[in-house]
Amino acid sequence: MPYAVELLNITKRFARTVANDNVTLRVQSGSIHALVGENGAGKTTLMETLYGLYQPDEGIIRIHEKEVSIRSPHDSIRHGIGMVHQHFMLVGPMTVLENIILGAETTRYSLLDLKRTTAEISELAGRFSLTVPLNEKVENIGVGIQQRVEILKAIYRRADILVLDEPTAVLTPQEAAQLFRILSELKEEGKTIVLITHKLSEVMAISDHVSVMRRGKIAGEVETSSTTPEQLAEMMVGRRILLRVEKTEKKAGDPVLSVSNLSCIDKRGVNVLNDVSLEVASGEILGIAGVEGNGQSQLVECITGLLRPTSGSVTIDGMQIAGLSPKGVFARGLAHVPEDRIKRGLVVEMDVAENLILGLHMQKEFGSRISMNRRAIAENARLLITKYDIRPMNPEALARGLSGGNQQKVIIARELSRNTQVIVASQPTRGVDIGGIEFIHRTLVQARDAGKAILMISADLNEILSLSDRIAVMYGGRIVKVFPDNNVKESELGLYMTGSKSSSAQRASDG
Amino acid sequence: MISQIFSLAFLAQTIRITVPYSLASLGGVYSERGGVVNIALEGIILNGAFCATVGTYYTGSPWFGLLCGIAGGLLVAAIHAVISIHVKADQIISGIALNLFAVGITKFVLELLFQSSSNSPRIAGLPYIKLGFIQNQPDVAHLLGNPLVLLTVLIVVASHFIIFKTRFGLRLRSVGENPEAADTVGINVTWYRYYGVLISGVLAGLAGAWLAFDQHSFTDGMSAGRGYIALAAMIVGKWNPLGAAAACLLFGFAESLQIQLQGGTLPTQFIQMIPYLATIIVLAGFIGKSVAPGADGIPYEKEK
Repeated sequence: MPYAVELLNITKRFARTVANDNVTLRVQSGSIHALVGENGAGKTTLMETLYGLYQPDEGIIRIHEKEVSIRSPHDSIRHGIGMVHQHFMLVGPMTVLENIILGAETTRYSLLDLKRTTAEISELAGRFSLTVPLNEKVENIGVGIQQRVEILKAIYRRADILVLDEPTAVLTPQEAAQLFRILSELKEEGKTIVLITHKLSEVMAISDHVSVMRRGKIAGEVETSSTTPEQLAEMMVGRRILLRVEKTEKKAGDPVLSVSNLSCIDKRGVNVLNDVSLEVASGEILGIAGVEGNGQSQLVECITGLLRPTSGSVTIDGMQIAGLSPKGVFARGLAHVPEDRIKRGLVVEMDVAENLILGLHMQKEFGSRISMNRRAIAENARLLITKYDIRPMNPEALARGLSGGNQQKVIIARELSRNTQVIVASQPTRGVDIGGIEFIHRTLVQARDAGKAILMISADLNEILSLSDRIAVMYGGRIVKVFPDNNVKESELGLYMTGSKSSSAQRASDG
Repeated sequence: MISQIFSLAFLAQTIRITVPYSLASLGGVYSERGGVVNIALEGIILNGAFCATVGTYYTGSPWFGLLCGIAGGLLVAAIHAVISIHVKADQIISGIALNLFAVGITKFVLELLFQSSSNSPRIAGLPYIKLGFIQNQPDVAHLLGNPLVLLTVLIVVASHFIIFKTRFGLRLRSVGENPEAADTVGINVTWYRYYGVLISGVLAGLAGAWLAFDQHSFTDGMSAGRGYIALAAMIVGKWNPLGAAAACLLFGFAESLQIQLQGGTLPTQFIQMIPYLATIIVLAGFIGKSVAPGADGIPYEKEK
């Protein structure tokens, strides 16, 4: 079969790093080609080079077996390449229609010919089952629909080579399944698809070929039918990796964290939390699954003192903590791994050692009211950096310069080192690479085995299913379902997460 | 009393004040819709007024002077564009610097050409179109027959269509809201931002020319904060041409009301507050949230 895309010996250097080092990638016409690798392996850079956002320092690009020069997205669009970026490239205050035609407008008497374009796009949308509300503003539609808009945008420009960067990162399982159906249809129509992902289950499910990147180089290329997820993971990381979290049966003790009838009405008067009750016992992990924006963040904020609940109670070992300040909650034995590590977990302009004592800075061992005990802080950093394998192993490195995985390890090291009864971990491995995920998961399971009560919120169903001892699903500010173990199918969780299924208000108590 | 205040003369006064506001405010709309904050409007108006005066004085042709006014505005806008878009410097600071620069340079050249640091010799105004009605009030007739009044109305209406209904407007808005998204669909962000700023130079330059012709001379610092009021009107008008023009009309109305009421029974200090009170009341009470274009004021860096 002929090649649709050939990237030959591409090298791209940035100021200090080599993002792509002599990379060669060939994609067969009419196939779905998965490009996998850890964060920072160079997948996105490679594809953005193909799309003309970067100029390669060395190497040539061939499209449909002809050498081409791609100096800007304008050129790549002309060569039939479309890209759906991980962070959607949409203009929020503009309508879906305006976004689709932007840069490829049809005019009539020098005014935009919206009538004709609407007809054209509706036809395309119908053909590929990409239903979108054309006259709605993009900022008012969900991410699943926004993604369709991105795909339509590419097809409207007559793209026959479509690159998708981490397309399922923001989708529910149902939306992801639908996306894969659409991709299959596009393939049927003869389009070539490159899929950047790090979810190996997706690779196995939909791709024909897989290329694996590691540290800017191609670590291997295989046919999907002749490989396994384990083999791919090993190629990605460069060592054997455990895809499944190893954990023993839980030995749950008494409930420690207890939330009852917690409600919260936000500034706009919306009931963001609606009568939520749950209990987490020592020695167990309660996982909260849900599409983002269904009250999980507010639940965590109410528990950790960042948000004042309208009614209800939160107790640790029977002590009321609802309505206390974060400092008060902290003092009563709660550790918090926040969902947004840049915004709430770290002060990125401070170094690792300083970040490792954030919130602990008032403790006697680290300093008095006036001065800090530099030696104790450095010693603490040295210990934690070793224990949690934080790279680089330099306590004076600025947090900003660390990879996402290592930033996350700094937070987990700090919070777990406090040795509290309760740990609230929100999206503990978001944006963390496979190696880091393995480490963080192992650490959380160890904490659970040591008798901690862990409340984990995650949008990643794999994570929920592999770590949780019990699973609660949140939808519309309520807990709509509690599963007594983790023996649940993803699709089943998905139904509750999207509100298509719900059981009458259940209490997530009684482990 | 009421009929004394709201006379034809009052209407004329309102229009006289509103025209330069509207032109400059529309200039702000083009610039900021494209993502470049333009407080240099003040300096553009001033330089436009100065160049219009000089052009008219030396050629005797107000039409040539008008072109000079536009060129004078374009020049300042071009400097602002290069600093903001090409050099990617802070747009507020560039704007302030240019405003101060315009004050100095116009005064300097004024002194050089006319041996006066405060005002220029008298110049002719634009010829007006003879209107069949209101012959008994020549001032009002001249004003309504002024081609720039007509042009301003046309520009306001046309701008609405240009910004919201044309390819150019769609692209301009996209580079102001999300330049990265525009870039990925092959739109040249730099060009469109230049277009936006340069158009603001033309329009605010026209505003300056209006001031010069209206007064038949240039005086030192004659822009007198109009660029800032125009920016306020742009924000009150939510960055929409029609909204901005309506806000300018409101400001113009309040200002001429203030002028009319002076010398009456109310203390002048209260009367002088009218335009500002009106601004505050409108901003706080009626407009609701006015949201700037997403990338307004942020230089676009291509390689992250």
